[in-house]
Amino acid sequence: MMEEFMVRGLLAGVGIALAAGPLGVFVVWRRMAYFGDALSHAALLGVALGLVTGWSMQLAIAGICLVVALFVTWMQAHSDMTTDAALGIFSQGALALGLIVVSLGEGVRVDLMGYLFGDVLATGWSDLGWIWSGVVVVGWVVRRYWNDWVNMTVHEGLAALDRVPVVRMRIVFMLLTALVTAAAIKVVGALLITALLVIPPTAARPFATTPEGMVAGSVGIGVVSAPLGLLASYHWDLPSGPAIVLMACLFFMVSLVVRQRR
Amino acid sequence: MAFSKVKIGSGDPEVLLAARTISVRQGGELLLRAVDVTVHAGEIVTIIGPNGAGKSTLLEALLGLIPVCHGAVEHKPGLVLGYVPQRLRIDSVLPMTVARFIALSAPGCPPPVEWMARLGCDHLLDRPMHALSGGEMQRVLLMRALSRNPDLLVLDEPAQGLDLAGEEQLHGFMDGLRRERGLAILLVSHNVHFVMAGADRVICLNRHVCCSGSPTMVRATPEFRLLFGEHIPAMGFYQHHHDHCHTPRGEVKEMP
Repeated sequence: MMEEFMVRGLLAGVGIALAAGPLGVFVVWRRMAYFGDALSHAALLGVALGLVTGWSMQLAIAGICLVVALFVTWMQAHSDMTTDAALGIFSQGALALGLIVVSLGEGVRVDLMGYLFGDVLATGWSDLGWIWSGVVVVGWVVRRYWNDWVNMTVHEGLAALDRVPVVRMRIVFMLLTALVTAAAIKVVGALLITALLVIPPTAARPFATTPEGMVAGSVGIGVVSAPLGLLASYHWDLPSGPAIVLMACLFFMVSLVVRQRR
Repeated sequence: MAFSKVKIGSGDPEVLLAARTISVRQGGELLLRAVDVTVHAGEIVTIIGPNGAGKSTLLEALLGLIPVCHGAVEHKPGLVLGYVPQRLRIDSVLPMTVARFIALSAPGCPPPVEWMARLGCDHLLDRPMHALSGGEMQRVLLMRALSRNPDLLVLDEPAQGLDLAGEEQLHGFMDGLRRERGLAILLVSHNVHFVMAGADRVICLNRHVCCSGSPTMVRATPEFRLLFGEHIPAMGFYQHHHDHCHTPRGEVKEMP
């Protein structure tokens, strides 16, 4: 008989993999890995705020991530700065601010490790509620705007002429990624969120001949990596986030070999 | 079929797109100054200009993809535009066949196979996008632009990456589009030969409109000679007659 915390952990890991899979392919296609990094650093600022003020941690993280996502979109449209420079500034700026906030919060002696590297086995039912509502929202939005998103990934100008509201779609995508980041922090931790977005799609690429196939592969690899990583974490007492990410890396290695063979 | 959109009672073909004294500024630099462009139904208008003349910028402004800082661009209500950008690079990380790429623009519609056959690219449908050559990519982009049955086709340097035979084929193809579907075409090129042949009107651009009119008129203006040198009109057009043609895979076959 499986213990309840284990069931919750599994549900959380699988949920995050389901939500990160389809978003991750766009992160890879649109070369936005940097955006994931910026969000994870911003998430740490959210953690710091949550710890110091006592607000709901998820709300603080999601709020900060949303603000950063909107800022980055705005910068893209209204400045000559390259996107990766803008993202670098935001991610480092948010991280610095987060560290300062933590240092100011006297008496706050919470172990940051759990937020940095994930503590999926401590997932509560409320966390699960967050994660699975994220899954539902991501699934619905991705399904609904799938063709538009693929279209604008190929060429934003061509998509705009096909009447795709490019700027609005870009914002929706960033907001969703921000929400998933906030939800994923409990599972893999702030430092490793980008891995969850980038590794499964990249590992799935050699097996895919269509965009949809790549999403399916990406979700599949994520959904298998999460429970395997969790089991490893449980049996050998490893931190859960790194265990899940390493599992995904293993799949990536396999796909690398497959790619070489072809 | 040509000029099928002529308004009843008026002698002129319908205006599809009109830009009035548009200026475009980017990063403090004035890229276009007070440019006027009008495209009527069934017309082939070409824009020629040296590198950095703002040709692509003008197209993007006319399409409404970038804002203008002065003047206005008007489209006929319900105008359907087909656009072939100058460059499109699809990373190998995105798995996508040519058929799928074309279908992105008009989901559910079958690809324009008949036109593809005419341009000799129907055999590309199952190929991955990232494996196309420059010339193949140009043809595929053109097919995507045609898939939504546009009234106006906007082409940015369509002749790039094409050899002489390919240029000739593209000319014939554009002519067929205009004749059979009444399509208007607006294209940009720095290839004088390509622009001059088959155009109804030529606009000579160098951040502003230097001169415009029929190809023969434009060629005679001092502005044109200043921009493209004295030698251009004397260069003449290389006439090229084949006693055979090639299948898309390169085999030689009898002229039909």
